[in-house]
Amino acid sequence: MLKKDRWLLPEGIQEVLSPQAKAMDQQRRVLLDMYHSWGYDLVEPPMIDFLDSLLTGTGHDLQLMTFTMTDQISGKLLGVRADMTPQIARIDAHHIKTDQPSRFCYVGRVLKTRLEVFSQTRSPLQVGVELYGHDGPESNIEVLLLMIETLRAVGLEGFHIDLGHVGIFRSMAKQAGLSEYQEDNLFDALQRKAVTELAELLSAMAISEEQKRQFMALVDLNGDISVIEQARKVLDNAEVQKELDNLETIARGILARVPEQSLYFDLAELRGYNYHTGVVFAAYLPGYGQEIAMGGRYDGIGKTFGRSRPATGFSADLSYLVSIVNQASETRDTIIFAPVTQDTAQQQSLMDKVKELRQQGQRVVCELPGSGSSAEALGCTHQLSHDKGEWQLMAVS
Amino acid sequence: MSNTLTIALSKGRIFKETLPLLAHADIHPIDDPDKSRKLILDTNHDDIKLVIIRATDVPTYVQYGAADVGVAGKDVLMEHGGEGLYERLDLKIAKCRLMTAGPVENKPINGRLRVATKFVNTARRFYAEQGIQVEVIKLYGSMELAPLVGLADRIVDVVDTGNTLKANGLIPMEHIADISSRLVVNKASMKMKHQRIKSLIDRFSEAVNKN
Repeated sequence: MLKKDRWLLPEGIQEVLSPQAKAMDQQRRVLLDMYHSWGYDLVEPPMIDFLDSLLTGTGHDLQLMTFTMTDQISGKLLGVRADMTPQIARIDAHHIKTDQPSRFCYVGRVLKTRLEVFSQTRSPLQVGVELYGHDGPESNIEVLLLMIETLRAVGLEGFHIDLGHVGIFRSMAKQAGLSEYQEDNLFDALQRKAVTELAELLSAMAISEEQKRQFMALVDLNGDISVIEQARKVLDNAEVQKELDNLETIARGILARVPEQSLYFDLAELRGYNYHTGVVFAAYLPGYGQEIAMGGRYDGIGKTFGRSRPATGFSADLSYLVSIVNQASETRDTIIFAPVTQDTAQQQSLMDKVKELRQQGQRVVCELPGSGSSAEALGCTHQLSHDKGEWQLMAVS
Repeated sequence: MSNTLTIALSKGRIFKETLPLLAHADIHPIDDPDKSRKLILDTNHDDIKLVIIRATDVPTYVQYGAADVGVAGKDVLMEHGGEGLYERLDLKIAKCRLMTAGPVENKPINGRLRVATKFVNTARRFYAEQGIQVEVIKLYGSMELAPLVGLADRIVDVVDTGNTLKANGLIPMEHIADISSRLVVNKASMKMKHQRIKSLIDRFSEAVNKN
């Protein structure tokens, strides 16, 4: 690295300065307080962990994304967490000895080896919740509502919620008796809604014409809530019908509590197919070509840790959310400038005044002698000046 | 940006052959990209714009949501990976084949096969599927020259008539894929501008089926 390039940061790694850093911390507190009020317990999983435990549950989706190193003590491979969900699964499986539903929330930096397609960062500030131990639609509704509340709390409006259900495709693949290889190929074509490739793949498969027609139909089963009704007619599979009921219950549950929320359904949405087991959901904001928060159901994720429980949750990158909101509004803080004074008595009363203001929650910057600063130069909005025997607050023009 | 429907197209063949499809959907560009230097073209609808970009950039624009939909060749999509995009419709335009080609006289190859191409990922994947490890040399154009000057043993390129190959003493060898242009859609746009994009897809597919 050349000497003049030493200030450069690695790709996808950011320094966060104020007011961004402050806004992020404020939102972090707001969200954690809200999760607390919903009964979610804060947990803090470790930054590094044995690679084996980091990669369980989520299949191989995370393998390429995880930074690894060798542990000098155990000789085993360690990984830096790229996602906190598997760590929470271990907490639930190993530390919480209850058959009651458990609720967890978390916030922390995760690290990814590569920039994901849309992401501008390799180190998102992951914030999210997990609800273990309940497999009904009610827990999905609770988590999804909390996701909506999260986005609202950080100041976002007008977002859309996209709902899908990976169980639908899975049941259809099972009924058609597809091999793992065939299922993977169909999954890939469906995920891209690549009609041509899908038709080619299906024509080479030894399944009934009716089954082929149903797989093709998945591509177009998206839109408003009427899609569910349409799917009931087109997809002739007892399991799928149950999954559609599940999806509808969740959608109606959301609409009953937030009637104005815009919902969109996509039955071929197979995000996280390797570890999701039921409903999947994501939030989109007009003008942003990517999900801003996402989640779903992933039952049995804690199985490799010795306890398999139903699980659902969501997560988002708080630094990304804050950056979207900050583009919309930027308010200027009140900052008070306290000048240097040579008079000992005045100095004492100035210190008392500063202390009093700070206790009131005001932001006060004291001048350092010899720095020749002024209120304007330090970006202060107010200034203390000595007038009629006491310190007065004056606005800086 | 959020109320406008932005369509990404590349200049030349794709633009020319997409025009009739757009016309069927009652979308007519006001400016001619060959005469105008504007990169954003207005249409007869206030809320529909066309952006004219390089063919290889179309998937990137659509992927990031800078354009809601776009028209991109399957060759470009295969190379790009197409992650986060919907390849919703085969427009059956700008058809050609993606092939390997090499010199007419088949010289024995010592060591690893050297392949010159601009489709680096596609070439590597294709040869890997054949069980052959190759050394890929990235070029930006005039691939046909590479075997002639001893830079590579094979090339991977799109072939239309095969005349350029023939003129340079090359023959097409293995067929990798049939290429045509696809209508690609940004995931988020598909969800948030569903009605408008759905009707665009319907219009386009009517026009495609008519041809």
